[in-house]
Amino acid sequence: MKREVPLFLTAVIGVFMILSFFVPHQVVSVPGQFLQLTAVIVVSCGYVLGGANVLRVNLDAIAKQQPGWIYKLVLVLSLLATVAIGAIEGSGFLDPGRRSRWIYDTLYSPMSATMFALLAFFIASAAFRAFRVRTVEAWWLAAAALIVMIGRVPIGDALTGFLPPALHLSSIQEWIMNVPQNAAKRAILMGAALGVMATGLRVILGIERSYLSGED
Amino acid sequence: MSPLERLARLDRRWIFLMMGILVLIPLLWPLKMEIRPTASSRTFHRAIAAIPDGATVLMSCDYDPGSIPEMVPMTRTAMRQLWEKNCKVVVTVLWPGGPGLVDKVIEDVAVADFPGKRYGVDWVNLGYKPGNEAVMVLMGQGILTAFPNDYRGNLTRSLPIMQRARTYADFPLLISISAGYPGTKEWVQQVQARFHLPMVAGVTAVSAPEFFPYVQSGQLVGLLGGMAGAAEYEKLRNESGDASRGMDAQSLAHVFVALCIVLGNLVPRRRAGS
Repeated sequence: MKREVPLFLTAVIGVFMILSFFVPHQVVSVPGQFLQLTAVIVVSCGYVLGGANVLRVNLDAIAKQQPGWIYKLVLVLSLLATVAIGAIEGSGFLDPGRRSRWIYDTLYSPMSATMFALLAFFIASAAFRAFRVRTVEAWWLAAAALIVMIGRVPIGDALTGFLPPALHLSSIQEWIMNVPQNAAKRAILMGAALGVMATGLRVILGIERSYLSGED
Repeated sequence: MSPLERLARLDRRWIFLMMGILVLIPLLWPLKMEIRPTASSRTFHRAIAAIPDGATVLMSCDYDPGSIPEMVPMTRTAMRQLWEKNCKVVVTVLWPGGPGLVDKVIEDVAVADFPGKRYGVDWVNLGYKPGNEAVMVLMGQGILTAFPNDYRGNLTRSLPIMQRARTYADFPLLISISAGYPGTKEWVQQVQARFHLPMVAGVTAVSAPEFFPYVQSGQLVGLLGGMAGAAEYEKLRNESGDASRGMDAQSLAHVFVALCIVLGNLVPRRRAGS
Protein backbone atom coordinates (compact mmCIF):
# COMPACT_ATOMS: atom_id res chain seq x y z
CA MET A 1 0.00 0.00 0.00
CA LYS A 2 2.89 2.34 0.78
CA ARG A 3 3.86 2.32 -2.89
CA GLU A 4 0.57 1.47 -4.59
CA VAL A 5 -1.43 4.46 -3.23
CA PRO A 6 1.08 7.14 -4.34
CA LEU A 7 1.40 5.43 -7.74
CA PHE A 8 -2.40 5.35 -8.12
CA LEU A 9 -2.75 9.02 -7.08
CA THR A 10 0.01 10.08 -9.47
CA ALA A 11 -1.60 8.20 -12.37
CA VAL A 12 -5.11 9.54 -11.72
CA ILE A 13 -4.05 13.16 -11.14
CA GLY A 14 -1.60 13.05 -14.07
CA VAL A 15 -4.28 11.82 -16.49
CA PHE A 16 -6.73 14.34 -15.06
CA MET A 17 -4.35 17.29 -15.57
CA ILE A 18 -3.72 16.22 -19.17
CA LEU A 19 -7.49 16.03 -19.70
CA SER A 20 -7.99 19.49 -18.22
CA PHE A 21 -5.66 20.88 -20.90
CA PHE A 22 -7.99 19.67 -23.66
CA VAL A 23 -11.47 19.55 -22.05
CA PRO A 24 -12.90 22.90 -20.92
CA HIS A 25 -16.12 21.34 -19.51
CA GLN A 26 -16.73 22.10 -15.81
CA VAL A 27 -16.68 18.40 -14.92
CA VAL A 28 -12.97 18.60 -15.63
CA SER A 29 -12.21 22.31 -15.12
CA VAL A 30 -13.61 22.67 -11.57
CA PRO A 31 -11.61 19.79 -10.03
CA GLY A 32 -8.66 20.93 -12.19
CA GLN A 33 -8.86 24.37 -10.59
CA PHE A 34 -8.99 22.74 -7.15
CA LEU A 35 -5.84 20.72 -7.91
CA GLN A 36 -4.00 23.81 -9.15
CA LEU A 37 -4.94 25.72 -6.00
CA THR A 38 -3.74 22.76 -3.96
CA ALA A 39 -0.42 22.84 -5.81
CA VAL A 40 0.01 26.54 -4.96
CA ILE A 41 -0.69 25.83 -1.26
CA VAL A 42 1.71 22.86 -1.19
CA VAL A 43 4.48 24.99 -2.76
CA SER A 44 3.82 27.71 -0.14
CA CYS A 45 4.29 25.13 2.62
CA GLY A 46 7.61 24.30 0.98
CA TYR A 47 8.87 27.75 1.96
CA VAL A 48 8.27 26.96 5.64
CA LEU A 49 10.08 23.64 5.27
CA GLY A 50 12.90 25.37 3.37
CA GLY A 51 13.30 28.00 6.10
CA ALA A 52 13.32 25.33 8.81
CA ASN A 53 15.93 23.36 6.86
CA VAL A 54 18.18 26.42 6.46
CA LEU A 55 18.00 26.97 10.24
CA ARG A 56 18.67 23.32 11.05
CA VAL A 57 21.70 22.98 8.76
CA ASN A 58 23.26 26.29 9.74
CA LEU A 59 22.60 26.11 13.48
CA ASP A 60 24.23 22.69 13.48
CA ALA A 61 27.32 24.10 11.71
CA ILE A 62 27.45 27.06 14.14
CA ALA A 63 27.19 24.77 17.18
CA LYS A 64 30.10 22.66 15.87
CA GLN A 65 32.06 25.81 14.85
CA GLN A 66 32.72 24.40 11.39
CA PRO A 67 34.85 26.46 8.95
CA GLY A 68 32.95 29.62 7.94
CA TRP A 69 30.56 29.34 10.89
CA ILE A 70 30.64 33.11 11.41
CA TYR A 71 29.03 33.64 7.98
CA LYS A 72 26.37 31.09 8.82
CA LEU A 73 25.69 33.03 12.01
CA VAL A 74 25.19 36.22 9.95
CA LEU A 75 22.81 34.28 7.66
CA VAL A 76 20.74 32.92 10.55
CA LEU A 77 20.56 36.29 12.34
CA SER A 78 19.58 38.07 9.09
CA LEU A 79 16.91 35.47 8.39
CA LEU A 80 15.42 35.71 11.89
CA ALA A 81 15.59 39.51 11.94
CA THR A 82 13.87 39.85 8.56
CA VAL A 83 11.10 37.42 9.49
CA ALA A 84 10.61 38.99 12.93
CA ILE A 85 10.45 42.57 11.62
CA GLY A 86 8.02 41.52 8.88
CA ALA A 87 5.83 39.69 11.40
CA ILE A 88 5.80 42.65 13.82
CA GLU A 89 4.92 45.13 11.08
CA GLY A 90 2.09 42.92 9.86
CA SER A 91 0.12 43.64 6.69
CA GLY A 92 1.54 46.54 4.71
CA PHE A 93 5.03 45.59 5.88
CA LEU A 94 6.40 46.65 2.50
CA ASP A 95 4.80 50.10 2.49
CA PRO A 96 7.22 53.02 2.06
CA GLY A 97 8.85 54.00 5.34
CA ARG A 98 8.52 50.56 6.95
CA ARG A 99 11.62 48.75 8.22
CA SER A 100 10.96 45.75 5.98
CA ARG A 101 10.91 48.06 2.99
CA TRP A 102 14.19 49.58 4.18
CA ILE A 103 15.75 46.12 4.41
CA TYR A 104 14.59 45.36 0.87
CA ASP A 105 15.65 48.69 -0.67
CA THR A 106 18.97 49.25 1.07
CA LEU A 107 20.26 45.73 1.82
CA TYR A 108 18.69 43.01 -0.30
CA SER A 109 18.37 44.95 -3.55
CA PRO A 110 21.92 46.42 -3.76
CA MET A 111 23.57 43.22 -2.52
CA SER A 112 21.70 41.11 -5.05
CA ALA A 113 22.60 43.54 -7.87
CA THR A 114 26.26 43.58 -6.75
CA MET A 115 26.53 39.80 -6.86
CA PHE A 116 25.33 39.78 -10.46
CA ALA A 117 27.54 42.73 -11.46
CA LEU A 118 30.63 40.85 -10.28
CA LEU A 119 30.03 38.41 -13.13
CA ALA A 120 31.42 40.91 -15.66
CA PHE A 121 34.81 40.82 -13.94
CA PHE A 122 34.94 37.05 -13.58
CA ILE A 123 33.79 36.49 -17.17
CA ALA A 124 36.66 38.65 -18.44
CA SER A 125 39.14 36.74 -16.31
CA ALA A 126 37.70 33.38 -17.35
CA ALA A 127 37.75 34.41 -21.02
CA PHE A 128 41.49 35.06 -20.73
CA ARG A 129 42.36 31.93 -18.79
CA ALA A 130 39.87 29.24 -19.73
CA PHE A 131 38.54 29.85 -23.26
CA ARG A 132 41.16 27.72 -25.02
CA VAL A 133 40.56 26.94 -28.68
CA ARG A 134 42.01 23.52 -29.45
CA THR A 135 40.01 22.06 -32.35
CA VAL A 136 38.57 23.26 -35.67
CA GLU A 137 35.04 23.09 -34.23
CA ALA A 138 36.15 25.23 -31.30
CA TRP A 139 37.54 27.80 -33.77
CA TRP A 140 34.13 27.99 -35.45
CA LEU A 141 32.47 28.40 -32.08
CA ALA A 142 34.94 31.09 -31.00
CA ALA A 143 34.54 32.99 -34.29
CA ALA A 144 30.73 32.95 -33.96
CA ALA A 145 30.97 34.03 -30.33
CA LEU A 146 33.25 36.96 -31.17
CA ILE A 147 31.04 38.12 -34.05
CA VAL A 148 27.86 37.94 -31.95
CA MET A 149 29.55 39.56 -28.96
CA ILE A 150 30.80 42.56 -30.94
CA GLY A 151 27.92 42.69 -33.43
CA ARG A 152 25.27 42.80 -30.71
CA VAL A 153 26.53 46.17 -29.39
CA PRO A 154 26.79 49.50 -31.23
CA ILE A 155 30.58 49.35 -31.52
CA GLY A 156 30.15 46.50 -34.03
CA ASP A 157 28.58 48.81 -36.58
CA ALA A 158 30.99 51.59 -35.67
CA LEU A 159 33.91 49.29 -36.60
CA THR A 160 32.37 47.97 -39.84
CA GLY A 161 30.34 51.01 -40.90
CA PHE A 162 32.50 51.52 -44.02
CA LEU A 163 31.45 48.09 -45.42
CA PRO A 164 28.19 47.34 -47.34
CA PRO A 165 25.22 46.91 -44.90
CA ALA A 166 25.11 43.12 -45.42
CA LEU A 167 28.68 42.88 -44.11
CA HIS A 168 28.09 44.97 -41.00
CA LEU A 169 28.83 42.93 -37.87
CA SER A 170 25.27 43.57 -36.63
CA SER A 171 23.85 42.04 -39.84
CA ILE A 172 26.13 39.00 -39.63
CA GLN A 173 25.30 38.44 -35.94
CA GLU A 174 21.59 38.71 -36.73
CA TRP A 175 22.01 36.03 -39.41
CA ILE A 176 23.93 33.78 -36.99
CA MET A 177 21.21 34.16 -34.35
CA ASN A 178 18.30 33.70 -36.75
CA VAL A 179 19.61 30.83 -38.89
CA PRO A 180 22.26 28.45 -37.47
CA GLN A 181 21.61 29.25 -33.80
CA ASN A 182 17.86 29.04 -34.28
CA ALA A 183 18.04 25.71 -36.09
CA ALA A 184 20.18 24.16 -33.35
CA LYS A 185 18.02 25.63 -30.60
CA ARG A 186 14.83 24.32 -32.18
CA ALA A 187 16.29 20.83 -32.42
CA ILE A 188 17.27 20.96 -28.74
CA LEU A 189 13.82 22.24 -27.76
CA MET A 190 12.06 19.48 -29.68
CA GLY A 191 14.35 16.82 -28.22
CA ALA A 192 13.78 18.15 -24.71
CA ALA A 193 9.99 18.29 -25.25
CA LEU A 194 9.92 14.68 -26.41
CA GLY A 195 12.02 13.73 -23.37
CA VAL A 196 9.63 15.53 -21.02
CA MET A 197 6.63 13.78 -22.61
CA ALA A 198 8.30 10.38 -22.33
CA THR A 199 9.24 11.00 -18.69
CA GLY A 200 5.70 12.24 -17.92
CA LEU A 201 4.21 9.10 -19.44
CA ARG A 202 6.63 6.89 -17.50
CA VAL A 203 5.62 8.62 -14.24
CA ILE A 204 1.88 8.37 -14.99
CA LEU A 205 2.17 4.69 -15.97
CA GLY A 206 4.20 3.92 -12.86
CA ILE A 207 7.33 2.86 -14.77
CA GLU A 208 9.41 5.73 -13.37
CA ARG A 209 9.28 5.43 -9.56
CA SER A 210 12.42 7.24 -8.43
CA TYR A 211 10.35 10.13 -7.04
CA LEU A 212 8.80 7.80 -4.43
CA SER A 213 11.85 7.01 -2.35
CA GLY A 214 14.91 7.46 -4.48
CA GLU A 215 14.68 3.84 -5.65
CA ASP A 216 13.87 2.85 -9.20
CA MET B 1 60.90 36.81 -20.87
CA SER B 2 58.85 37.67 -23.99
CA PRO B 3 55.79 39.99 -23.71
CA LEU B 4 53.47 37.01 -24.32
CA GLU B 5 55.11 35.01 -21.54
CA ARG B 6 54.75 38.01 -19.26
CA LEU B 7 51.09 38.24 -20.28
CA ALA B 8 50.61 34.57 -19.37
CA ARG B 9 51.61 35.41 -15.79
CA LEU B 10 49.29 38.42 -15.63
CA ASP B 11 47.63 38.87 -12.24
CA ARG B 12 43.89 38.68 -12.81
CA ARG B 13 43.38 41.81 -10.72
CA TRP B 14 44.74 43.79 -13.70
CA ILE B 15 41.90 42.31 -15.78
CA PHE B 16 39.38 43.33 -13.11
CA LEU B 17 40.84 46.86 -13.02
CA MET B 18 40.76 47.18 -16.80
CA MET B 19 37.15 45.99 -16.93
CA GLY B 20 36.20 48.49 -14.21
CA ILE B 21 37.82 51.38 -16.09
CA LEU B 22 36.23 50.40 -19.42
CA VAL B 23 32.78 50.29 -17.82
CA LEU B 24 33.24 53.49 -15.83
CA ILE B 25 34.69 55.83 -18.49
CA PRO B 26 31.78 55.69 -20.98
CA LEU B 27 29.30 56.09 -18.14
CA LEU B 28 31.05 59.35 -17.18
CA TRP B 29 31.81 60.50 -20.72
CA PRO B 30 29.31 58.87 -23.15
CA LEU B 31 30.62 57.94 -26.60
CA LYS B 32 27.09 58.22 -28.07
CA MET B 33 27.47 55.35 -30.53
CA GLU B 34 24.61 54.80 -32.97
CA ILE B 35 22.06 52.17 -31.89
CA ARG B 36 20.40 50.21 -34.70
CA PRO B 37 17.11 48.48 -33.76
CA THR B 38 16.79 44.84 -34.82
CA ALA B 39 13.67 43.33 -36.41
CA SER B 40 12.51 41.64 -33.19
CA SER B 41 12.76 44.94 -31.25
CA ARG B 42 10.73 46.68 -33.96
CA THR B 43 8.00 44.05 -33.77
CA PHE B 44 7.94 44.35 -29.96
CA HIS B 45 7.38 48.11 -30.30
CA ARG B 46 4.79 47.65 -33.07
CA ALA B 47 2.84 45.02 -31.06
CA ILE B 48 2.33 47.44 -28.18
CA ALA B 49 1.55 50.29 -30.58
CA ALA B 50 -1.17 48.13 -32.15
CA ILE B 51 -3.07 47.62 -28.86
CA PRO B 52 -6.38 49.53 -28.86
CA ASP B 53 -6.16 52.72 -26.81
CA GLY B 54 -7.47 52.27 -23.28
CA ALA B 55 -7.18 48.45 -23.33
CA THR B 56 -6.14 46.47 -20.25
CA VAL B 57 -2.81 44.70 -20.68
CA LEU B 58 -1.19 41.92 -18.64
CA MET B 59 2.46 42.46 -17.84
CA SER B 60 4.52 39.88 -15.98
CA CYS B 61 7.75 41.23 -14.53
CA ASP B 62 9.61 38.08 -13.50
CA TYR B 63 12.94 39.31 -12.21
CA ASP B 64 14.70 40.50 -9.08
CA PRO B 65 17.38 43.11 -8.31
CA GLY B 66 20.13 41.00 -9.93
CA SER B 67 18.75 41.89 -13.36
CA ILE B 68 18.03 45.60 -12.85
CA PRO B 69 20.26 46.95 -15.69
CA GLU B 70 18.57 44.77 -18.31
CA MET B 71 14.99 44.43 -17.08
CA VAL B 72 14.14 47.78 -15.48
CA PRO B 73 14.73 49.94 -18.61
CA MET B 74 12.43 47.61 -20.60
CA THR B 75 9.76 47.84 -17.90
CA ARG B 76 9.97 51.64 -17.74
CA THR B 77 9.80 52.12 -21.51
CA ALA B 78 6.93 49.65 -21.91
CA MET B 79 4.97 51.37 -19.12
CA ARG B 80 5.50 54.76 -20.80
CA GLN B 81 4.31 53.42 -24.15
CA LEU B 82 1.27 51.75 -22.58
CA TRP B 83 0.28 54.79 -20.53
CA GLU B 84 0.68 57.10 -23.51
CA LYS B 85 -2.03 54.95 -25.08
CA ASN B 86 -4.03 55.27 -21.86
CA CYS B 87 -3.85 51.49 -21.35
CA LYS B 88 -4.47 49.91 -17.94
CA VAL B 89 -1.75 47.54 -16.75
CA VAL B 90 -2.18 44.45 -14.57
CA VAL B 91 1.25 43.43 -13.25
CA THR B 92 2.27 40.05 -11.84
CA VAL B 93 5.67 39.09 -10.42
CA LEU B 94 6.43 35.37 -10.11
CA TRP B 95 9.85 35.90 -8.52
CA PRO B 96 9.83 36.23 -4.72
CA GLY B 97 12.49 38.97 -4.73
CA GLY B 98 10.79 41.08 -7.38
CA PRO B 99 7.50 42.64 -6.26
CA GLY B 100 9.05 45.44 -4.18
CA LEU B 101 11.39 46.42 -6.99
CA VAL B 102 8.72 46.31 -9.71
CA ASP B 103 6.29 48.29 -7.55
CA LYS B 104 8.88 51.03 -7.06
CA VAL B 105 9.88 51.12 -10.75
CA ILE B 106 6.28 51.55 -11.93
CA GLU B 107 5.42 54.01 -9.17
CA ASP B 108 8.49 56.09 -10.19
CA VAL B 109 7.32 56.16 -13.83
CA ALA B 110 3.86 57.25 -12.69
CA VAL B 111 5.21 60.02 -10.45
CA ALA B 112 7.79 61.31 -12.93
CA ASP B 113 5.94 61.12 -16.25
CA PHE B 114 2.26 60.36 -15.62
CA PRO B 115 1.18 62.10 -12.41
CA GLY B 116 -2.48 61.48 -13.22
CA LYS B 117 -2.14 57.69 -13.18
CA ARG B 118 -3.61 56.13 -10.07
CA TYR B 119 -2.94 52.77 -8.42
CA GLY B 120 -5.93 50.46 -8.65
CA VAL B 121 -7.38 52.41 -11.58
CA ASP B 122 -4.57 52.62 -14.15
CA TRP B 123 -2.36 49.86 -12.81
CA VAL B 124 -2.21 47.18 -10.18
CA ASN B 125 0.60 45.05 -8.82
CA LEU B 126 -0.80 41.61 -8.04
CA GLY B 127 2.53 40.68 -6.51
CA TYR B 128 4.09 37.28 -5.91
CA LYS B 129 2.38 33.96 -5.58
CA PRO B 130 4.35 30.70 -5.22
CA GLY B 131 3.62 27.88 -7.63
CA ASN B 132 5.28 29.02 -10.87
CA GLU B 133 3.45 27.35 -13.79
CA ALA B 134 0.51 26.38 -11.52
CA VAL B 135 -0.15 30.09 -10.91
CA MET B 136 -0.11 30.82 -14.65
CA VAL B 137 -2.64 28.08 -15.34
CA LEU B 138 -4.73 29.06 -12.31
CA MET B 139 -4.96 32.61 -13.66
CA GLY B 140 -6.60 31.08 -16.73
CA GLN B 141 -9.48 29.95 -14.47
CA GLY B 142 -9.80 33.49 -13.12
CA ILE B 143 -7.36 36.25 -12.19
CA LEU B 144 -9.29 36.95 -8.96
CA THR B 145 -9.13 33.27 -8.01
CA ALA B 146 -5.36 33.23 -8.34
CA PHE B 147 -4.88 36.64 -6.71
CA PRO B 148 -7.66 37.46 -4.18
CA ASN B 149 -5.38 40.21 -2.79
CA ASP B 150 -2.87 42.46 -4.52
CA TYR B 151 0.70 43.20 -3.43
CA ARG B 152 -0.46 46.10 -1.26
CA GLY B 153 -3.05 43.98 0.54
CA ASN B 154 -6.17 45.34 -1.23
CA LEU B 155 -8.98 43.02 -2.20
CA THR B 156 -8.49 42.72 -5.95
CA ARG B 157 -12.21 42.44 -6.63
CA SER B 158 -12.66 45.92 -5.10
CA LEU B 159 -10.21 47.58 -7.51
CA PRO B 160 -11.71 49.42 -10.54
CA ILE B 161 -9.02 48.08 -12.91
CA MET B 162 -9.95 44.48 -12.08
CA GLN B 163 -13.58 44.94 -13.10
CA ARG B 164 -12.56 44.30 -16.69
CA ALA B 165 -9.61 42.00 -16.10
CA ARG B 166 -11.09 38.67 -15.02
CA THR B 167 -9.54 36.12 -17.41
CA TYR B 168 -6.84 35.95 -20.07
CA ALA B 169 -9.51 36.63 -22.70
CA ASP B 170 -9.79 40.19 -21.35
CA PHE B 171 -6.22 41.05 -22.36
CA PRO B 172 -5.21 41.88 -25.95
CA LEU B 173 -1.53 41.29 -25.15
CA LEU B 174 0.76 39.69 -22.58
CA ILE B 175 4.10 41.41 -22.00
CA SER B 176 6.62 39.16 -20.27
CA ILE B 177 9.76 40.82 -18.90
CA SER B 178 11.74 37.90 -17.58
CA ALA B 179 15.19 37.07 -16.25
CA GLY B 180 14.82 33.29 -16.04
CA TYR B 181 12.61 30.65 -14.44
CA PRO B 182 9.69 31.06 -14.11
CA GLY B 183 9.41 33.48 -16.98
CA THR B 184 8.87 33.90 -20.69
CA LYS B 185 9.35 30.23 -21.59
CA GLU B 186 6.72 29.13 -19.07
CA TRP B 187 4.32 31.91 -20.14
CA VAL B 188 4.64 30.71 -23.75
CA GLN B 189 4.13 27.06 -22.84
CA GLN B 190 1.37 27.46 -20.26
CA VAL B 191 -0.52 30.55 -21.41
CA GLN B 192 0.24 31.53 -24.99
CA ALA B 193 -0.08 27.98 -26.31
CA ARG B 194 -3.11 27.15 -24.17
CA PHE B 195 -5.13 30.37 -24.09
CA HIS B 196 -3.86 31.81 -27.43
CA LEU B 197 -2.95 35.14 -25.85
CA PRO B 198 -0.70 37.25 -28.13
CA MET B 199 2.61 37.76 -26.40
CA VAL B 200 5.81 39.82 -26.54
CA ALA B 201 8.85 39.37 -24.30
CA GLY B 202 11.88 41.15 -22.94
CA VAL B 203 14.57 38.79 -21.68
CA THR B 204 18.18 38.83 -20.49
CA ALA B 205 20.89 38.77 -23.16
CA VAL B 206 22.19 35.43 -21.96
CA SER B 207 18.80 33.75 -22.37
CA ALA B 208 17.69 35.52 -25.57
CA PRO B 209 18.89 32.77 -28.00
CA GLU B 210 16.49 30.36 -26.31
CA PHE B 211 13.52 32.42 -27.48
CA PHE B 212 14.33 32.87 -31.17
CA PRO B 213 12.42 29.70 -32.13
CA TYR B 214 9.32 31.14 -30.44
CA VAL B 215 9.73 34.37 -32.41
CA GLN B 216 10.06 32.47 -35.67
CA SER B 217 7.00 30.33 -34.89
CA GLY B 218 4.97 33.49 -34.15
CA GLN B 219 4.32 32.51 -30.52
CA LEU B 220 6.29 35.59 -29.52
CA VAL B 221 5.31 38.61 -31.60
CA GLY B 222 8.36 40.60 -30.50
CA LEU B 223 11.51 40.10 -28.45
CA LEU B 224 13.92 42.40 -26.63
CA GLY B 225 17.24 40.75 -25.81
CA GLY B 226 19.15 42.20 -22.86
CA MET B 227 20.29 45.76 -22.39
CA ALA B 228 20.90 46.04 -26.14
CA GLY B 229 17.24 45.18 -26.77
CA ALA B 230 16.15 47.70 -24.15
CA ALA B 231 18.34 50.38 -25.78
CA GLU B 232 16.86 49.58 -29.21
CA TYR B 233 13.37 49.92 -27.74
CA GLU B 234 14.31 53.29 -26.23
CA LYS B 235 15.69 54.37 -29.62
CA LEU B 236 12.41 53.37 -31.32
CA ARG B 237 10.56 55.49 -28.77
CA ASN B 238 13.02 58.39 -29.17
CA GLU B 239 13.95 58.13 -25.52
CA SER B 240 17.38 58.23 -23.95
CA GLY B 241 17.16 56.06 -20.85
CA ASP B 242 19.49 53.95 -18.76
CA ALA B 243 19.83 51.24 -21.41
CA SER B 244 20.97 53.69 -24.11
CA ARG B 245 23.48 55.21 -21.70
CA GLY B 246 24.71 51.75 -20.71
CA MET B 247 25.35 50.60 -24.28
CA ASP B 248 28.67 52.45 -24.59
CA ALA B 249 29.95 50.73 -21.44
CA GLN B 250 28.64 47.38 -22.65
CA SER B 251 30.28 47.91 -26.05
CA LEU B 252 33.71 48.44 -24.52
CA ALA B 253 33.21 45.56 -22.08
CA HIS B 254 32.31 43.21 -24.96
CA VAL B 255 35.38 44.30 -26.93
CA PHE B 256 37.54 43.72 -23.86
CA VAL B 257 36.14 40.21 -23.29
CA ALA B 258 36.73 39.44 -26.99
CA LEU B 259 40.29 40.70 -26.64
CA CYS B 260 40.76 38.51 -23.55
CA ILE B 261 39.66 35.45 -25.55
CA VAL B 262 42.07 36.25 -28.39
CA LEU B 263 45.02 37.07 -26.12
CA GLY B 264 44.27 34.06 -23.91
CA ASN B 265 44.80 31.86 -26.97
CA LEU B 266 48.02 33.58 -28.01
CA VAL B 267 49.89 33.32 -24.75
CA PRO B 268 51.98 30.19 -24.13
CA ARG B 269 50.05 27.62 -22.11
CA ARG B 270 51.37 26.29 -18.85
CA ARG B 271 51.51 22.53 -18.59
CA ALA B 272 49.29 20.86 -16.03
CA GLY B 273 51.00 20.73 -12.64
CA SER B 274 53.57 23.42 -13.49
